Amino acid sequence: MKKIAAFEISYLQYLNEHSEPTQAFPAFATDEALLKFYKQMTLLRVFDYKMVNLHRIGKIGTFPSSLGQEAIFVATGLAMQKEDILCPFYRDHGVAISRGYLFSDILAYWSGDERGNNSQFAKKDFPVCIPIAGQCLHATGVAYAIKYKKENKVVVANIGDGGTSKGDFYEAMNLAGIWNLPLVFIVDNNQWAISVPVTKQTAAETLAQKGIAAGIDCIQVDGNDVIAVFEAVQNAITQSRQGGKPTVIEAISFRLADHTTVDDATRYTKEEVKKDAWKKEPIARLGYYLEEKKLWSREKEAELQEECKQAVEQAFEKYFLIKKQTPESMFDFLFETLPDSLIDQRNDLVSEFTAHSKEK
Amino acid sequence: MSTITLVEAVTQAIAYEMTHDQNVIILGEDIAVNGGVFRATVGLLEKFGPERVLDTPLAESMIAGTAIGMASQGLKPIAEFQFMGFIYSGFDHILSHAARLRNRTRGRLSCPVVFRAPYGGGIHAPEHHSESMEALFAHIPGIRVVIPSSPAKAYGLLLAAIRNPDPVLFLEPKRIYRLVKQEVLDDGKALPLDTAFIIQPGDDVTLITWGAMIKETTEAANQLNQEGISCEIIDLATISPIDMNTILDSVEKTKRCVIIHEAPRSCGVGAEIVAQLMEYAFDILKAPVERVTGYDTIMPYAQLEKYYMPSVERIIKAVKKILVTCAC
Repeated sequence: MKKIAAFEISYLQYLNEHSEPTQAFPAFATDEALLKFYKQMTLLRVFDYKMVNLHRIGKIGTFPSSLGQEAIFVATGLAMQKEDILCPFYRDHGVAISRGYLFSDILAYWSGDERGNNSQFAKKDFPVCIPIAGQCLHATGVAYAIKYKKENKVVVANIGDGGTSKGDFYEAMNLAGIWNLPLVFIVDNNQWAISVPVTKQTAAETLAQKGIAAGIDCIQVDGNDVIAVFEAVQNAITQSRQGGKPTVIEAISFRLADHTTVDDATRYTKEEVKKDAWKKEPIARLGYYLEEKKLWSREKEAELQEECKQAVEQAFEKYFLIKKQTPESMFDFLFETLPDSLIDQRNDLVSEFTAHSKEK
Repeated sequence: MSTITLVEAVTQAIAYEMTHDQNVIILGEDIAVNGGVFRATVGLLEKFGPERVLDTPLAESMIAGTAIGMASQGLKPIAEFQFMGFIYSGFDHILSHAARLRNRTRGRLSCPVVFRAPYGGGIHAPEHHSESMEALFAHIPGIRVVIPSSPAKAYGLLLAAIRNPDPVLFLEPKRIYRLVKQEVLDDGKALPLDTAFIIQPGDDVTLITWGAMIKETTEAANQLNQEGISCEIIDLATISPIDMNTILDSVEKTKRCVIIHEAPRSCGVGAEIVAQLMEYAFDILKAPVERVTGYDTIMPYAQLEKYYMPSVERIIKAVKKILVTCAC
């Protein structure tokens, strides 16, 4: 028997869990850039804590925190150009915020208001995809449209480790390969699909290697090392922008939060596993490194925390003043023009609602 | 003007719109080099090139999802499913995304996709090739379901579907793909959506049908006419949303109504029409509304399918049944 093909998966890391460089940093990783990463990740964490608290006091609906995975979301958001297009999964608000979305967009969405999906920052981005993995196939369509119109944009589709079990993920990678689409898939491997560990999703050694069968480039990165994630995402985006192959990036991290605010991860995660994961988390990892380099201090940290809290608080206060949608607005965007057959139903709702308002 | 079949009218409509709108592209299995298994896309690759006429890998979820992504960026994709029996892998995308994209982004993105699929029985096809499952899609808010019944309707309605700014499921009755030829002017004139068509006026009973069943319904009406029973035939054309105004105007005149469809009876589109007739025309009707439909069975494989399909005889029987019923 002769070997007709051989494959390998590379692993990228610059800053290990002990905050030690494992190789020379890439050129983009200036002191300034590292501080920007650190600040953006901290802002995301403050935002997430606030959102979880708002759910606890009944101010917003179910929310999926990005606690522990900030490096993936921040690096992805910062590596994208404004005109690039994001096809997000449901835990992607960190990418959106890092791209420039308003906090109020995210807050509106997770408060049950569709207007949160109407971000004016990136008018061509998809809204978060709640059914798992569908976004990967919207991304192939978006990427084809870009290619067809000869636009200089790249599409980024994010997905969790559980999502890689779905057919849509394979179908999307397969098409991206055949049509050579300007598309980057980022697998946020946080080890858990709600309660099911990645060992029950696949017998494959890596999730990155799933790209091999599709003939696209694949790489695994330390998802808690923001430098590694940024490098991988930026390289993949640049390659796609220049007409090169699509890429799948598997970023290894750990979900330190519950799946969502209505989940209880203590039912399936051992305390010592989580404790160990906390030792590898991305923000402290970069923070210790920056302190070591005298770029960061306790005083600066306190200042940053205060700044982030204020930014988040102000956004929330403003959001809660926004007028709610009217009940009949559920008809407003069903079609471009409401068919005659639905006008009666809309009128029924309006009169019902008006009657209730009068009773009150 | 040329005389063409229904399937040729489909090709002609697509070609017309692709000629006049660069954003219209078509994708599906075997549609480019092979021109489609029913030859509905024959010649398009040669005319419009491989960037606009795309043979896809064999994955229906991918066809649906990718079309949605394309549409979100301003293209107007026509996505072909080879048979309706294989559309279900793409159902999630049609239901969860195509139908909802405009609504869930409050109008920021829209989804002007036409999902095309041949459907229906009567051609002795393999299993899974003959079902009529339009009601599954008619239940979904946010998409239209359109079914042509003739070459002229196929041309005009498909043009309308492609130009429509929202998603349309366009089901093509393959039994009549080549049954009749009609003169269809290739003038780019669309027919209206959300509109039922009276294809034969009459006084005694309203027959409502769509797609291939127009054939049996018309034959039944002709036979009944010889017995002095005058049937008004309505081609529903847009299955969702239903044009109840046309139906109600007709029933106000005839006071009687029979609905004919190939699909299973329970929760079929006929049931919805009956329900609305109860809501809006109960006091007008002189007899209960009758349904002549497929049975609530699995669509039989080729040997038994003729027993499943609503026949001319069953339609005549239903009409006669309600003509003797008097709501006194």
